[in-house]
Amino acid sequence: MTTPVTERPEDVAVKPTSGRAGTGAFLRKQVQQSLAFATLVVLLVFFSIASSNFFTPSNISGILLSTAVVGILALGTTFVIITGGIDLSIGTGMTLCAVMTGVFLTNMGLPLIVGVIGGILTGALMGFINGVNVAILGLPPFIATLAMMLVAQGLALVISGVRPIYLSGVVGYKDIALGALIPGLPNAVLILFVLAILAYLVLSKTILGRYTFAIGSNEEATRLSGVDTRKWKIIIYTVSGLFTGVAGVVIASRLQSAQPQLGSGYELQAIAAVIIGGTSLLGGRGSILGTLIGALIMSVLINGLRILSIQTEWQNVVVGIVILIAVFTDSLRQRRSAS
Amino acid sequence: MPTQLLKVHGISKSFPGVQALKDVQFELNRGEVLTLVGENGAGKSSLMKILSGIYARDEGTIELEGEPVEIDSPKSAQAHGIIIIHQEMNLMPHLTIAQNIYIGREPRGGIFLREQALNKKTRDLLANLGIDLDPKAIVGELTVAKQQMVEIAKALSFDAKVLIMDEPTSALTESETDTLFRLIERLKAQGKGIIYISHRMDELRRISDRVTVLRDGHYIGSLTKDEIDIPRVIEMMVGRHIEEGHRPEASETSNDVVLKVENLSTRRLLKNVSFELRRGEILGFAGLMGAGRTEVARAIIGADPRVSGTVSINGTPVHITKPADAVRNGVGYLSEDRKLLGLLLEQDVNTNVLLASLRDYTDAIGFVHTGKGKQKTREYVSSLRIKTPSITSTTKNLSGGNQQKVVIAKWLARNCDVLIFDEPTRGIDVGAKEEIYKLLRTLADQGKSIIMISSELPEILRLSNRIIVMAGGRITGEIDNAKADQAKIMHFATMTGEDEKGTVQ
Repeated sequence: MTTPVTERPEDVAVKPTSGRAGTGAFLRKQVQQSLAFATLVVLLVFFSIASSNFFTPSNISGILLSTAVVGILALGTTFVIITGGIDLSIGTGMTLCAVMTGVFLTNMGLPLIVGVIGGILTGALMGFINGVNVAILGLPPFIATLAMMLVAQGLALVISGVRPIYLSGVVGYKDIALGALIPGLPNAVLILFVLAILAYLVLSKTILGRYTFAIGSNEEATRLSGVDTRKWKIIIYTVSGLFTGVAGVVIASRLQSAQPQLGSGYELQAIAAVIIGGTSLLGGRGSILGTLIGALIMSVLINGLRILSIQTEWQNVVVGIVILIAVFTDSLRQRRSAS
Repeated sequence: MPTQLLKVHGISKSFPGVQALKDVQFELNRGEVLTLVGENGAGKSSLMKILSGIYARDEGTIELEGEPVEIDSPKSAQAHGIIIIHQEMNLMPHLTIAQNIYIGREPRGGIFLREQALNKKTRDLLANLGIDLDPKAIVGELTVAKQQMVEIAKALSFDAKVLIMDEPTSALTESETDTLFRLIERLKAQGKGIIYISHRMDELRRISDRVTVLRDGHYIGSLTKDEIDIPRVIEMMVGRHIEEGHRPEASETSNDVVLKVENLSTRRLLKNVSFELRRGEILGFAGLMGAGRTEVARAIIGADPRVSGTVSINGTPVHITKPADAVRNGVGYLSEDRKLLGLLLEQDVNTNVLLASLRDYTDAIGFVHTGKGKQKTREYVSSLRIKTPSITSTTKNLSGGNQQKVVIAKWLARNCDVLIFDEPTRGIDVGAKEEIYKLLRTLADQGKSIIMISSELPEILRLSNRIIVMAGGRITGEIDNAKADQAKIMHFATMTGEDEKGTVQ
């Protein structure tokens, strides 16, 4: 398994008397992620044994497809959560982006690419407004994005007239999610993986990623170091919004319609994926790979329970318990490393 | 004939690397105010924390009303009737006065609270103390002085025999102070013993029945009311002997002024602070806690808003509204609280060193080129002799001295010309202190200009070319090192009121 924090051997060679602090911390950083990964493997093995219908190409493809939308949302919100913030507006925001894409493509009859970009930019605009509300007006992220969640939900209903906007007539739109550039792999899944690689690069290799961790570790120390933390927070929320926009385009393509009443609840699934993946709600710690694994755990769990014919009602109970266990092991580990 | 209430004898306490208290003693009688004085770090707070059960003493006895008592927790101190009123309030702002005073001890009938009984109890308590406040008033809406009254009333509701007040007047106006002192007189008449900690010399004669002086964790002596004489107290506080080590020369007045601050004021504390900093100079900022030294630094770098004042760098006025502006102009601030404000403790050494200069290692599309940055970090690790297993070690695991060096490296990497060090050696052990001193001197010799805020007078005297003394948000004195000594600095540092700014010629 690859890890986003790469430790190159020459870095350990500065003063070799005791390498324990470095490696110890390094290992501790990876524990939650490894735990998540182990959980995923255990789940896969368990369901494969429990049902012969589980580990089939079509079912695996189905699991991946159902991971795509929540996964894309989770990638974006990972950035926000690492800063110590939260973004509750991604679920209904995604719906608004889907509706706007529908409006651009059907009502306004714009070309496919323009409509898609318009939908994505709608998300970026929402993220930008969230960022301004948090960074400039100083609103708590929970409140600022809760408000945006309601605004987006309302606007999606108003703009669509509380009716689905059907997109089956738009040539090529369906292929965004359901086509297969790589045979056997739905494009939605491809988009998820490409975005995950992009997000990984941004988070671990760019100045934006570095400042994301810095703000989450100690915002005031970062500010006093001359980093314009307000500006960077606005950028980070805007990034989350961009991912929301992509998710909106993908879900509308998958359903071949923009469903204005869908979307609420997705934000909690995305946040749950991020947390199961080992990103700390307190900020300063997290990874894209973890988020991806977290999102997969959720879909595998739901899919597996469905295959075992367990009632939908119970599926939610199980997911809830998994979140509790994930967060509890994480806090246990932190308490131990603190003492 | 006064009766003895509290007798403390032979108290010692050490922390890793520091002897905080050594064989300290004092006595407190009923109906008496004992004022405890000493410089920052003399051991006053440690002593009070032992009395109130926050620290455990290593040695010594505490006798209350002639009986030896064991105080091992804040709860047992409370049970013995020893109550401390902290500088920072411990009240819940959204609750009423009555709810605050009897929190955890509310009169109840079954599962229901008896609010009327609570308010009546509080009204009686307040009346007994002559405090004119409504039990139903919300604490957060009271002035600081009134909140303090509530704290005192709360302490007395526990049947306090000994009341410890830590700098109670630091946030009070003149008339509020009078009210507080009247309350103290009343408590004395009721036979309570009061330990009063204060930095303000003008209060000493007014309130004290006796003064006990501590210095460097040692008991220096006690003076009775008739013997209290301010110069004598200051002499006892700073000691007659100052290690006459190597003292820096006065600054070269011919060197250019790098930083010029004029009429800097903030809404809360600072009043018309003006000074100049020359190239290659270490300018010491002395003063007691709360004098406004940190606030000056924060206002200069734009971390806190200011109401007036201009900052010029190399003769050009600059517009600084946020720390990013200060850094762009080459001004770096090393906070007194490294862990809270200086470092990303959970991140590695490399991230911390490069935090302020990350742009230099970032290309046009935002990718950080880690190789070059790590090379830079390694250079600083070796030149500043930062002891760390590797540059990817978590900063949290480094010692205080090495953490401080990481912060220094951060600003050197950013190539700042003006460095503001706020308590550069706080929490650092003696050997590492020496290294930090040498480092500061070397930086100044290399042409950096340094402001060093310090509460340790020997440190100020040892390193500064020039010394600025602050009190109550104003600059009260400016002294060339050659003419400075601890007594002169203390004289300026304890100045209150609107005296003229003093200079020693």
